This record gives sequence, C-alpha cells and structure tokens, in this order.
Amino acid sequence: MTYTKRPDGRKFDEPRKMEAKVGIIKRADGSAMFKMGDTIAIAAVYGPRELHPRFLQNPERGTLRCVYDMLSFSVPDRKRPGPSRRGTEISMVTENSLLSVVNLDQFPNAVVDVFINITQANAGTRCAGINAAVMALADAGIPMRDLVSAISVGKVGDKVVCDLDKDEEDYEEGSTDIPVAIVPRTGEVILLQLDGSIKKEELKEALKMAKKTCDDIYKIQKKALKKAYQEFQNE
Amino acid sequence: MGEIKVKDKEIVVPGQELATGMDFLPGGAAFREGEKIIASQLGLISVRGKVIRLIPLTGKYVPKVGDIIIGRIIDMNFNGWVVDIGCSYDAVLSIRSVQEYVERDDDLTKYYSFNDIVVTKITKITRSKLIDLTTKGPGLMKLVGGNIIEVTPSKVPRVIGKQGSMIDMIKKMTNCRITVGQNGRVWIQGDIKNTLIATKAIRKIERESHTPGLTDKIKELLEKETKK
Repeated sequence: MTYTKRPDGRKFDEPRKMEAKVGIIKRADGSAMFKMGDTIAIAAVYGPRELHPRFLQNPERGTLRCVYDMLSFSVPDRKRPGPSRRGTEISMVTENSLLSVVNLDQFPNAVVDVFINITQANAGTRCAGINAAVMALADAGIPMRDLVSAISVGKVGDKVVCDLDKDEEDYEEGSTDIPVAIVPRTGEVILLQLDGSIKKEELKEALKMAKKTCDDIYKIQKKALKKAYQEFQNE
Repeated sequence: MGEIKVKDKEIVVPGQELATGMDFLPGGAAFREGEKIIASQLGLISVRGKVIRLIPLTGKYVPKVGDIIIGRIIDMNFNGWVVDIGCSYDAVLSIRSVQEYVERDDDLTKYYSFNDIVVTKITKITRSKLIDLTTKGPGLMKLVGGNIIEVTPSKVPRVIGKQGSMIDMIKKMTNCRITVGQNGRVWIQGDIKNTLIATKAIRKIERESHTPGLTDKIKELLEKETKK
C-alpha cells in the first residue's frame, strides 16, 4: 500500500497554515504565540533577573531556563497537569537549541526564564514551542546571534512529508517523525530528533524540505516581530 | 566595497544582516561576524556615516556609571539599603554614601524605609554587576508623594528632549513637578488633573518618539488638554 493522499488534502511538501503574534502577555518581559494548523503554542519570557537560590548562579554568564508544558485541555483526553517525563525532555531539548543562539555574557548571575505552554496540540508542539519562544526572547530584548525556526518533517507510509499532523503521526503502516530546528541565516541544524526508521536518502530529502520550510517560517517570525514595533513609526 | 542592506530608521530583528564589507562599523547592539554586520537585538537602525548603530527598542535598563535614576528601597542590611532600579540586578546604597549623617547602631528605617522612592546616582558597577549608588549631589533625594510611570529606557532621551526642552515644557504647562530617571521611571507630582495630562503627554512621546515635529505635537496636545 502506498500513501497517496494526506488526510487534510495538503501537498507532501506543504506545511500547515501558520500564524504568529508578538506581545500577547502584558506582564511578561517578552511574549509570543505561534500557531501551525491546530497546534497553538504560547511563550513568555521573564528576565534577565537575579537567579535564586544562589548556588545555581553562574558568575561567568547568565543561565537560560525553559519549561515546556501541555495544558490539560490541549488534547482530546485530559492531560494530567504538571511536569512529566515527556515534558522534561522537551524542556531540555528546547533549552539546548535556544542556548546556541542567545548570548548571555552580559548577564552574570542572572537567569532568563522561558515558559512555553501548549494550549492546543495536534502534533509538532515542540517545534511550535521553539518558534514561539525565540520570538518571545527577541521581544524581551535578549541579545541573540539569530532567530531559530523549527518544523517537523518525516516519513508517512512510503512518502517523505513535511509538517505531520496527529493523524499522520498515528498512521497504521508506520510513520517517522523528525523535529528539526534550523538557524535560518547560516543553515545550521541545532535540533534533530528521530523516532522511527528512515533511509539515508530519504533523510537527506526530508532535511532539504525542512530547510525550505524553515525559511518560510523565518519570514513569518520576522514579519510578526516587526509588526509589533511598527506602530512606533507609523502613527 | 561594502554595501548597506538596511535603511535609516528601519526596524530590524536579531540575526538580520545590516551591511557587508569592512568599511562599515557596528555600533550599539550590532556586532561584526566575519565580513558582515549583524543585529543582536530587536531595534531601530541609525546610519551616521560609516557607523551603523542599532538602538534596542525593548529590554531592561542597562545601568551606566553617572546615570541619575529613580529607585525603590526593597531591603536593608548592616551597611546600607538594597534598591530596585528596574534593571536585572539590585543596587546597593551604602550608609556612607547618603546625604544624611548616619549614627552608629542607628535604626536605618529612620533615613530610608521600605518602599521609599529615591533619586540616586550610579557611582560604580563591577564586572559581576554589583551596583553602588549615592544620594550625595544636587537633585538627589527622597521623593514623597506623587506618582510613578514607567517608559521604555531607550525612549528617555526623547522624553527629556534637547537640553531638557520637552520636559521643561510639560512641567511649565501642567504645573507639575517631574523627575525623569535614566532607567525609564518618571515621577510626577501635582493635582490629579494635571498629573493625568502629563502622563498622557509622556505616553504620546513614548509611542511616537521617532516622528518628526514631536515637540509641536506635544505642545498642541498640552494646550488643548489644559484649556478643558
């Protein structure tokens, strides 16, 4: 059996409809929302602020802390609220990928807290979370080398596809999900997780697809960030 | 030969390429990477000859020695007060650097107590971001009464204006006492109506800080509001 048609009628290399908004949480130092199809992630950034307890402080540079959480109503069956094994892992990989772009040398002993909440989940939540978090960091004025764009690519049945949704992730004849995060300016891959099996050639094809989609996501992020500050100029 | 990739007064995002070639210099929050000049923060571009400056539009106040700022007392210890100055780190106001003569074993709340608002000057910042303050000097004092509003620190020069022209005008036309701290805190004292007018004017400056003819616009607004 070959996989000929995607459930929502998209082309194989076509991502879901995406939307981004900056400055959605008033009391946070920086915030953003990123939506891809039915997946919605919101991110809030607080800091840089002093890190307590003191033994966690790093006198050479600032610390970055990420918390990823799916809200209990984000999935059809209620998710037990609070940290989980999965949540802890995603927090860690998000933190590591963001750490490769932020520069906290000017903030010794301080911490930047990033909170990512998934209000609606339909696969690809860690990618939506990273996309939202990086915009929130820019909104908070944290020095960065570049933005980050993330997308999940993979293999459903025998086809290489872009931006899998939940139906495709659960495809009966097997599917492989590969979340990828890319630094758009240099093309560096800073996150790559692979769950399943894929051939070497197919992986190369999938990564090429991810690079192309990330360039589009970068444009959306850039536009959203500029839009949030444009009002200062045009009025 | 290098090439500029942005216009003057354009908004840029972190990681955006501003120029290529070694004949341009990065300033403010821009940095050089190989041949290119890259933005490191979300901000506004200002091109002055060969220097491409990036003025950050957001972010916390970055303390500088000599800045006059408005702080709030949040704690006390054996040799002074801990002051929140709206940046990433708390500052210390030592008993030796205050105007008043502090007697030995005296109760420190007699001079400055919790939640008191003080106008202070930054005297020293160490590499590990220990910030020392002083209240010795003209215009440095404890503030009593009034209201505090916060503006983005990068807009403070606009609120003050050239040689204080903007703030002097607001003070004169609203009959308020106003102190602007470099950290973006603005203290306003006056009757309720005038305080609100001054707040409105400052908010307008913050919002439209990069439009030409701002002083005239604010004057117009103040004339209209004070006549009501």
